[in-house]
Amino acid sequence: MSLVSLLGIISILGFVVLMFFFAAVGRKSRKRYLRDIPAFAKLRRGIGLAVEAGQRLHVSLGHGGVNGLEGASALVGLSMLQRIARAASISDRPPTATSGEATLAVLSQDTLRSVYQSIGAEEQYEPTQGQLSGLTPFSFAAGAIPVVYDQQVSVNILAGHFGSEVALITDAAERKGALTLAGSDSISAQAVLYATAEDTLIGEELYAGGAYVQAGPMHLASVRTQDVVRWVIVILILAGAALKLVGVL
Amino acid sequence: MTLRLKNVFLVSITIAFGLIVLLGYFTPAVAGLRVVLLRWAVIMTGVLLWVGAWNLGMVHVHKIQIRQPGSFYSIILLFSGVVTFGLGMVLGPTNSAARWIFDYIQVPVESSLMAILAVVLAYACARLLNRRLNFFTIIFVGTVVLVIVGTISLPVIDLPFLHGIRDVITQVLAVGGARGILLGVGLGTIATGLRILMGSDRPYGG
Repeated sequence: MSLVSLLGIISILGFVVLMFFFAAVGRKSRKRYLRDIPAFAKLRRGIGLAVEAGQRLHVSLGHGGVNGLEGASALVGLSMLQRIARAASISDRPPTATSGEATLAVLSQDTLRSVYQSIGAEEQYEPTQGQLSGLTPFSFAAGAIPVVYDQQVSVNILAGHFGSEVALITDAAERKGALTLAGSDSISAQAVLYATAEDTLIGEELYAGGAYVQAGPMHLASVRTQDVVRWVIVILILAGAALKLVGVL
Repeated sequence: MTLRLKNVFLVSITIAFGLIVLLGYFTPAVAGLRVVLLRWAVIMTGVLLWVGAWNLGMVHVHKIQIRQPGSFYSIILLFSGVVTFGLGMVLGPTNSAARWIFDYIQVPVESSLMAILAVVLAYACARLLNRRLNFFTIIFVGTVVLVIVGTISLPVIDLPFLHGIRDVITQVLAVGGARGILLGVGLGTIATGLRILMGSDRPYGG
């Protein structure tokens, strides 16, 4: 095993230890460690209003598969779908999930089915609630637009891997007057979403989504762990730059 | 009890396979097993493509059955899908008929959507100034304008300093900002993966 591999394993183990530490500390402490992100406050209000008005929530997971790096953002979207489906399970119109990748479509169906099973309302589940809207990025966007327009959607949550084509979905939502909360791991999509979406999640805010929708204590612990590790990386970068400046490196 | 055993079984498989793949990147001893598991994942992804296509068809059949608005387009989609699939299966995907569908229908349609996207983005930029006028919005729109003006070739006049401004924005400021954002994305990716491996996050219905 090389030194780089050993450092990699140590880093991952350190990350895990920190997560467990913050999860244990978080259970004992009532202090709130999350900064306010207005988007999530609007989301909570939007879910409540949608349920009361009998309107639908639409969660879009993007077109990134789970086999690559973009899978992490899709898994975050699935966690949010799980929480949102549970919160909106009493609505007259159940939530709909769209995705641009077959694996995500199947996972979204499985997530929705398990939510309905856990609340004893399995008869409410329909396989068409989790749908593959297209197999290419633009066909996925084109397939998601009718969902936004035609299915009485009042809140759109776009959490996953998107490209610039996400602007077509957010524009449709804007025209319908629906609330849109969107985040992507792609830099270009984040820039597009800043201009087109009402509330955008930039950078790691998407990955903190689970903590803000109360998906579990480990989500909150991982947000705090990320903050610590980010500072460590910043210090290492600055130290390396300083050492390079003085000629040591 | 049966449901809980099933969940334990699913979670155990997920954690075990995930750990093997992760360790395979660091430990030569399991690197071969990692490659095998990743190949299985690729094969399963291919199979799931068929499941997804079936799901796509069933969604549109359901729309037609309940006569939902826009169901006419679902009929067109299903007809097009069956014809394209049939041609590909019978004549082969590289056959001239199948290629014709791709070159003269699929590509122009997606190009049109890309053209619409350009217009949507321009409109969204203008709407942003009206909807959310603050310091960061002005910086955003100003940066967009500077980069566009610094990239295009202006007729008659030549302003080389605009190219310099564009280069500073795109190669210094934007790269630095993008790296910072990607740093956060990378940490979030690590945290998400580790939550799955620890079994504390089960977004797959387990």
